[in-house]
Amino acid sequence: MTEFFTTTYLGITLLTLGQVLAVVVPLLVALAFLLYADRKVWAAVQLRRGPNVVGAFGLLQSFADFIKYAVKEIVYPAGSDKVVFLLAPMVSLVMALIAWAVIPFNDGWVVSDINVAILYVMAVSSLEVYGVIMGGWASNSKYPFLGSLRSAAQMISYEVSLGLIIIGVIITTGSMNFGDIVAAQDGNYGIFSWYWLPHFPMMFLFLISAMAETNRPPFDLPEAESELVAGYQVEYSSTPFLLFMIGEYVAIVLMCALVSLLFLGGWLSPIPGLPDGILWMLLKICFVFFIFSMVKAISPRYRYDQLMRIGWKVFLPMSLVWVVLVSFLAKFELFGGAYARWAIGG
Amino acid sequence: MTAIDYKRAAGYFLLKDFLGGFKLGMKYFFKPKATVNYPHEKGPLSPRFRGEHALRRYPNGEERCIACKLCEAICPAQAITIDAEPREDGSRRTTRYDIDMTKCIYCGFCQEACPVDAIVEGPNFEFATETHEELFYDKEKLLENGARWEAEIARNLEIDAPYR
Repeated sequence: MTEFFTTTYLGITLLTLGQVLAVVVPLLVALAFLLYADRKVWAAVQLRRGPNVVGAFGLLQSFADFIKYAVKEIVYPAGSDKVVFLLAPMVSLVMALIAWAVIPFNDGWVVSDINVAILYVMAVSSLEVYGVIMGGWASNSKYPFLGSLRSAAQMISYEVSLGLIIIGVIITTGSMNFGDIVAAQDGNYGIFSWYWLPHFPMMFLFLISAMAETNRPPFDLPEAESELVAGYQVEYSSTPFLLFMIGEYVAIVLMCALVSLLFLGGWLSPIPGLPDGILWMLLKICFVFFIFSMVKAISPRYRYDQLMRIGWKVFLPMSLVWVVLVSFLAKFELFGGAYARWAIGG
Repeated sequence: MTAIDYKRAAGYFLLKDFLGGFKLGMKYFFKPKATVNYPHEKGPLSPRFRGEHALRRYPNGEERCIACKLCEAICPAQAITIDAEPREDGSRRTTRYDIDMTKCIYCGFCQEACPVDAIVEGPNFEFATETHEELFYDKEKLLENGARWEAEIARNLEIDAPYR
């Protein structure tokens, strides 16, 4: 039986399909509840109750929304390019989902255990911007077009600093595989062995860049409600809009997962005695997502020039200097080798 | 070259504003909610609240309205239509008392004009309907409202009496 799944083409295909479903289905169900949590956090900060009618405490609100989106009519704007118009949300969602192929939830619990996992994630999340641009362009409308242009500029700007911050982590680990990165954070001091400590300022830079990268408030300029109505999503309704929204949230949760893998030790337990496991990974993702929600609730939107200034004049130089610094620290194994925890070779 | 404001720069790089905002956000996060849980909880209403109209009766069951048509005359939206005829016992009563609730502006002039406290605006504001026609109230509907809301209407009139 094991042979069938590891040697024949049909077996490998079936096994991969099963693994994909095992990741995507729980991910999308969890997403429904994360959306609900996001709205609840936002409401709580504003002294509101948030969704509390559908199901116990409103827990089923996201599913009600899903049904609502699914049964509505798809409106095509006059003069829109229908093929691209429908393709855009699909690109957006698919690009967000396929990045999860390399995200491990526990030691070895990963669909595709490739050695350039980080490179793959960066490549795929760069492609996400195509969904936005296609959507804005195909709508044949002013606001979506402006929104998508802003989005493109924003995502590309922050991709740069995200990449440089990740390079710092890669230098310390000597590997691009998430399993190796988490293994390298395993130490005797629990929470203090993780990379948030040696890479301290970079974790926050990464968080903020991730918010900008996923068009999350306070950097939600592409969909700035007060100026562009809803940016590239203006002309979208029904299921295509739903796909855009799910894609956006999948990308956000992906960034949460990246933060917990790169800086918060993934599935490692924070206290040395306790066993490691998937529970820690999920808890960390939820914790980072909570910070994302709180930031959305407390911060006003940045102006476009401020956004670009932070991206190019603050984050880029800081992360660049950090990469050089980490290279030196790793090369000469300073600070007790804190920056030279090479997982493979050395 | 202008001097660098080091204090401001330090605050900027240490995310001072953000941390302050986060603290404030968490403070509000645990505060009791300000929202009224509407269909289950309702906010307080003044005794003067001008809601859905009702025609009242005397305690012995006699209609209060004497068809003086003062309300019809004062109504700024001309929402009220009254026809009157002497009844068999010779007393003057309405045969028709219609209010177009979609014309009504809920100003309360009808209530103020009424010499016998017959037409009143009660405390009910939840009378939305699915069709326009359902909001053309006739005498029967108004008297039924009067019967349903009499206790609260009487209480509100009593509380507000010293100020009228």
